[in-house]
Amino acid sequence: MSERALLELRGIYKSFPGVKALQNVDFTLQKGEIHALMGENGAGKSTLIKVFTGVHVKDAGDIFIEGQSVQIRSPKEAQENGISTVYQEISLCPNLSVAENIFIGRGEGKFVNWKENNKKAGELLESLGINVKPTQQLGSCSIAVQQMIAIARAVDMECRVLILDEPTSSLDESEVAKLFKLMRDLKARGVGIIFVTHFLDQVYEVCDRITVLRDGKLVGQYDIETLPRVQLVSKMLGKELDDMADIKNDIPVFENSDQTPVYEGTNLCSTEGISPFDFKIRKGEINGFTGLLGSGRSECVRTIFGADKVTSGTVKVDGREVKITKPIDAMKQGIAYLPEDRKRDGIIGDLSVKDNIILALQVKTGFFKPFSKSEAIEFANEYIKLLDVKTASVNTPIKSLSGGNQQKVILARWLLTHPKYLILDEPTRGIDVGTKVDIQKLMLKLASEGMSVTFISSETDEMLRTCSRLLVMRDRKLVGELTGDQLTQACVMNTIAGGDKNAADK
Amino acid sequence: MPQTNNDAKPANILAGLLKNQLVIPLAALLLLALFNLIADPSFFKITLSQNSNGDPVLNGYLITILDFGSELAILALGMTLVTAASGGQDISVGAAMAISGSVMLRVLCGSDSRAETMQAPIIVAFIISCVVAMLFGAFNGSLVAFFRIQPMVATLILFTAGRSIAAWINHNELPIVKDPGFGYFGNYIPGIPIPTPFFIAVGCFIIMWALLKFTTLSLYVQSVGINEKTSRLNGLNPEFIKLMTYVILGVCVSIAGFIKVSRLSTINYSVIAKDIEMDAILAVALGGNALGGGKFSMGASVLGAYVIQFLTTTLYKFGVSADALPAYKAVVVILLVTMSAPAVREKINALKNKKNAGKQASAAGNA
Amino acid sequence: MSKTNKDGFLKAPSKMTDTNLLTTITITVFFVMYLCSILFLKQGFLKPQAFLNLLNNNAALIILSCGMSLVMITGGIDISVGGVTSLVSMCCAVYLDMHGGNIIVSMLLAIAIGLAFGLVQGYLVAYLEIQPFIVTLAGMFFARGMTTIVNNKPFNVENEAFVKLKDTRVIIPFLGTTNKKGMYIPAYIEIGVVVALIVAAVMFVVLKWTKTGRGFYAVGGNKQSALMLGVNVKKTVFLSHLICGLLAGIGGFVYFMHVGSGSPSHASGAEMNAIASSIIGGTMLTGGVGNIAGTVFGVLSLALIQNVVSSLGLQDAWWTGITIAAMLCIFLIVQSIIIARRKKANLSAGKEEAKTDKAA
Repeated sequence: MSERALLELRGIYKSFPGVKALQNVDFTLQKGEIHALMGENGAGKSTLIKVFTGVHVKDAGDIFIEGQSVQIRSPKEAQENGISTVYQEISLCPNLSVAENIFIGRGEGKFVNWKENNKKAGELLESLGINVKPTQQLGSCSIAVQQMIAIARAVDMECRVLILDEPTSSLDESEVAKLFKLMRDLKARGVGIIFVTHFLDQVYEVCDRITVLRDGKLVGQYDIETLPRVQLVSKMLGKELDDMADIKNDIPVFENSDQTPVYEGTNLCSTEGISPFDFKIRKGEINGFTGLLGSGRSECVRTIFGADKVTSGTVKVDGREVKITKPIDAMKQGIAYLPEDRKRDGIIGDLSVKDNIILALQVKTGFFKPFSKSEAIEFANEYIKLLDVKTASVNTPIKSLSGGNQQKVILARWLLTHPKYLILDEPTRGIDVGTKVDIQKLMLKLASEGMSVTFISSETDEMLRTCSRLLVMRDRKLVGELTGDQLTQACVMNTIAGGDKNAADK
Repeated sequence: MPQTNNDAKPANILAGLLKNQLVIPLAALLLLALFNLIADPSFFKITLSQNSNGDPVLNGYLITILDFGSELAILALGMTLVTAASGGQDISVGAAMAISGSVMLRVLCGSDSRAETMQAPIIVAFIISCVVAMLFGAFNGSLVAFFRIQPMVATLILFTAGRSIAAWINHNELPIVKDPGFGYFGNYIPGIPIPTPFFIAVGCFIIMWALLKFTTLSLYVQSVGINEKTSRLNGLNPEFIKLMTYVILGVCVSIAGFIKVSRLSTINYSVIAKDIEMDAILAVALGGNALGGGKFSMGASVLGAYVIQFLTTTLYKFGVSADALPAYKAVVVILLVTMSAPAVREKINALKNKKNAGKQASAAGNA
Repeated sequence: MSKTNKDGFLKAPSKMTDTNLLTTITITVFFVMYLCSILFLKQGFLKPQAFLNLLNNNAALIILSCGMSLVMITGGIDISVGGVTSLVSMCCAVYLDMHGGNIIVSMLLAIAIGLAFGLVQGYLVAYLEIQPFIVTLAGMFFARGMTTIVNNKPFNVENEAFVKLKDTRVIIPFLGTTNKKGMYIPAYIEIGVVVALIVAAVMFVVLKWTKTGRGFYAVGGNKQSALMLGVNVKKTVFLSHLICGLLAGIGGFVYFMHVGSGSPSHASGAEMNAIASSIIGGTMLTGGVGNIAGTVFGVLSLALIQNVVSSLGLQDAWWTGITIAAMLCIFLIVQSIIIARRKKANLSAGKEEAKTDKAA
């Protein structure tokens, strides 16, 4: 046992009905280090974090803070022990003011000193470079700002251990940079930071050490220098990974084809504040929208699918002019859309895997033609097998599946409708590497069978690997289109940044 | 370990049964039946006698339950859908029943509240009252669906105004339908010893069953109740579906209202169907349906409704006055919901697991 | 970077919190309505006593509504308050009249009954996680049933000490009027009003300036978040029901002091009036938004509209129900529209912010 260990867990066990979430897991965090916690979805990362933070109480094992054995039974106890957490989903109260969110649930005394709180919050926010008024209602801030406020709260609590659970997934590049700066500052102050993320680049940018979990068990703890990327991935997956290399960019270029586009939209615009854009896709083509988060790429595909209120534009499907104003119109034209936010827009949590799979096709088939139970089970089983969904049965509620498997179920839902045009908005976000590869392979396969696919991803290399054409968005405008030789990381970056001039600025 | 494998199967079946929603109302029913059996077995006696018109009728507490449970069960059908789709309850059903009953009598009696003959055929009166009830349902539904007001609050409006509107429709008079044919629907059809409301209720169940079986209503309602945004992206129209559930509840209300006014051939605005909204919501809750929306079991709700009526009848039998009835009902309800509360269940399960673990350990020791 | 961000910041919509906005609307509406009553009805609305009578007649409702608002802010509901009120007045009436009891003990009895309801309901809701609607529905049934079991006939209380207390008037100087015969009629409020105003003031302070008070808002805003922020959610929910029960007990006694009798039909529909007042006062049933000042004005608005309706000559009983319903309907729709528009504005503000960030 090292003297410096700030937080130490020994032999942690935790199980839920039917699942052994953690088995004999050890974890050590030193003072002043940034420690990445890695693992596929369902590996037990979130459970482990919830044990740190007192949301779940461990079944067995010991927790030591600076050598002292402690019990953590509630988030409050965790806070008292100097452990603070910032979650991917904002865990602040939207109806309270920014200052209140920073100070609620802690401190001495029974009364609230508004003046002092607002002043202290103002100073704190300014010192961290966050531009909001302390008196502003939290709900009126953007998600990124809310996340920074959550961190500000943790900082102000002089936490010894800061847990960041996928904090970067809703931040754009500049915000991530800001966050990393903050993390390094804290590290210098001696705070131990546990960083959970799916972005490998980010791990190698800021972290000192890595702990890898797989299937609820500890794989090992490594110094960052001793663990190259490929090995990290293979440790997470539990197998040597050369699958990635299989995916090659040998996709045909469609530029000169004079075949009628499967989908062609001109002057499309929605209420979500994007500039009107033109878009078309041909049979068997994979193209993608790229750009920074918030650049309007999701809004574009939502407009195509009619998910937001469409305000203008004409649409031709297979050369015929059609009207698409709501999702059902698009579905009838053979368009399918896998949304960005799986939890909010994708799954129907309490319903079974089976019902989640048949939903879209059922809606398409119509109100008076319900599938029989056996038909539904047949459909579900077919796609569970095809996509290798890991579920106990077709009747398991989808919410009890891991993120990657949920994503596969939603993909199954849309594949079942046999679309001719499939839109995938961040299908690989927040899911494990293995499933990511599966999904990319599947896309290529579907395209080779004649399906058109539009793909959006925050990871440019994924898109470069699969797309034959990239549409680049900036500030809610379509600013460029890249094909063929232009499909390189550098070129995409340049276009996103706005040509050579801005690139030089960077 | 062979022993554990052997007793795994019945345990699984038992676990599956316990998960079934029907368990709660069934257990409550059995408990009540057992209580009556011990306290006074004559509760279950059914006799055939003649009523004042000389027609043969069945008598007995069980018949009373089937008879008076009908309105409640019909309301529970609609309430279950509303609960599932909108995650809230309609507390205005009692008031809406008063309105639809009032409309019906208004049509039947015309301008003269003591008319000797009916001024319109019953079917016309029913259709008109049904349309009115559907309109009020649509009013509630649109507040919930389009203005996104919580259902309980939205229906609070009609709850507050409903009985006043009902009184206003008939200028605060109490019309009486003198034609005996009108009374058949709430009492007995001459020659048939089983109360008519029961047949009406069964008819409603069959229609509802068909609606759930031959349309996708169930899937749509559950989807909308669980995740509205996802439902929209899958081509559903959540607002319309919510609205529809309230309109369907409107139909149920008008049928129940019809039975209620037919029982007496008249109406008392402030008393008719009083507190029935509470009973209907209880029926849904007793059926184990989540009051926050989502998954539902129609059968469990119907059973729940009859259990509530069973309870009411049992209490009456033991001489509890109508006014004091709610106090006893409340105690039973609290006991029921406490038993089925997840927190309590978890504790019981934890206890069970400990026992099982102990058993297994000893079994392993033996082996 | 920070500069552009600030620009985006300035473009954001008004920074008033939802709570303050809704409260402001309510208070404005009340004063506009009162002004209109004075201008167009001339039925003595100008006399200070007319306003004071609004308070005199609704002191109990103010207390009940304060409790209701608290529970609603925490994200729950309590529909047992009307039943508890009726049970309290019946129990006190029976105790004072038939057993010749002591007035102090009767007050304690009222508080004890309220607390008992709050305790049980709070435990069931907070610790056993049963839906508040079902629990308090059962509570209401129980209270109403018990009332008739205690005594099922209405009767007046003749206890001397009580009658004296009931008829005590607090004279307010300078606000009196002279009648036609030149006699000076002093303006007065009943004891109950004093109690109601104290309760409202205390609740206002608790909700605004104590940590426990802010905890109610946090829990109502987002239970999960509140838990993560270190608020003891279960205790907070429990406390909200306990206080609501206590206030129902106090409100019950104030009601009893106003009517001076016991009857099973007392305070029927009081829970609905309390909910309606809270909503009109800007409390949202979704939780996290609301204000006691708004609630008080919600009660007064409700009372005022009833007065206006009756002074318009619409004496029939049904008009009251219909007008309250109409008012509730209008307020609900207005609230829902305002909140929806603000949400939209906030959303685009967030996007604007992101956009300016990127431009930097």
